[in-house]
Amino acid sequence: MSTSAKPIANTRSATGIPTARLITWWVIASEIVIFGGLLATYVMHRIGHPEWADSASHTLTWAGAFNTFVLLTSSLCAVLAHKAADARDGPRAAKLLRVTSLGGLIFLSVKAYEWTIDIREGFVLSSGGFWSFYYALAGLHALHVLAGMIILLIVAADAAKNRELQRVECIGLYWHFVDIVWIFLFPLLYIAR
Amino acid sequence: MTNESHIHHPNYVKVWAALVVLLIVSLLGSMSHVRYVLLFAAFGVAAIKAYLVAKNFMHVTVEKRFVPYLLVLCLLFVVILFAGAAPDVMKHSGLHWNKDSAKQAVQSGMGAAPKHE
Repeated sequence: MSTSAKPIANTRSATGIPTARLITWWVIASEIVIFGGLLATYVMHRIGHPEWADSASHTLTWAGAFNTFVLLTSSLCAVLAHKAADARDGPRAAKLLRVTSLGGLIFLSVKAYEWTIDIREGFVLSSGGFWSFYYALAGLHALHVLAGMIILLIVAADAAKNRELQRVECIGLYWHFVDIVWIFLFPLLYIAR
Repeated sequence: MTNESHIHHPNYVKVWAALVVLLIVSLLGSMSHVRYVLLFAAFGVAAIKAYLVAKNFMHVTVEKRFVPYLLVLCLLFVVILFAGAAPDVMKHSGLHWNKDSAKQAVQSGMGAAPKHE
């Protein structure tokens, strides 16, 4: 594929960094406001309602901790894929991206198991203020994990053929951001009681 | 060129190991009954972990200067939102206002047995 036929996001660098990476940073910046706004709203309500500590004590800390470990490990795989892409080793980058996506699948499976237990015990979206925030925050984050998994697999398919390797870093940036959001969700929803 | 690396790759496995150790620290700290230890284990450790991921995995510190500025600006918007709304949400009464329903919710929640059983 000639350079002229490539999308402008891969070929132009008006700000000093490739436009594709610039767009990824813009996405992350907007996500900071989305998640930050929701987290800030939760924190102010949580401080105003000390009785939510009782609800928070029902969340499964071991499940949250295990999921934190899974996301940290998948972030390691994502950054190793970036390193492989820099070395022009597309097949290795693709393999690591697929392992990263598998991490997302494990995360969602644990989350589904956890929610099943919560719902069976009667803790649903309408059970109280804490549970509304719990499902909204974790649910929005889970949607981001799901979207990331799909994009990871699409990027991996190209990377395996040594194509569009610059995308490996971009999806890695997004995945690390999703990891950072969970790093803050874990103490807020599982530890602070 | 877009495909050239703009960063030096550190030892990522060491960074990951540090993150896992911090996760264990936060879990151990969460068992503490000392309020400040619990708060540090929960949020102080989370801030350190987030910094390690942003610095070493996202390479924010070696990115063009405007990128971290952009991210900090967005965080500032969140702080402004918090500062503007927090007094009304966190407090249940003021000089000329009362939130009776919120007060009742706190009182009944703190005094009564768990409702969702």
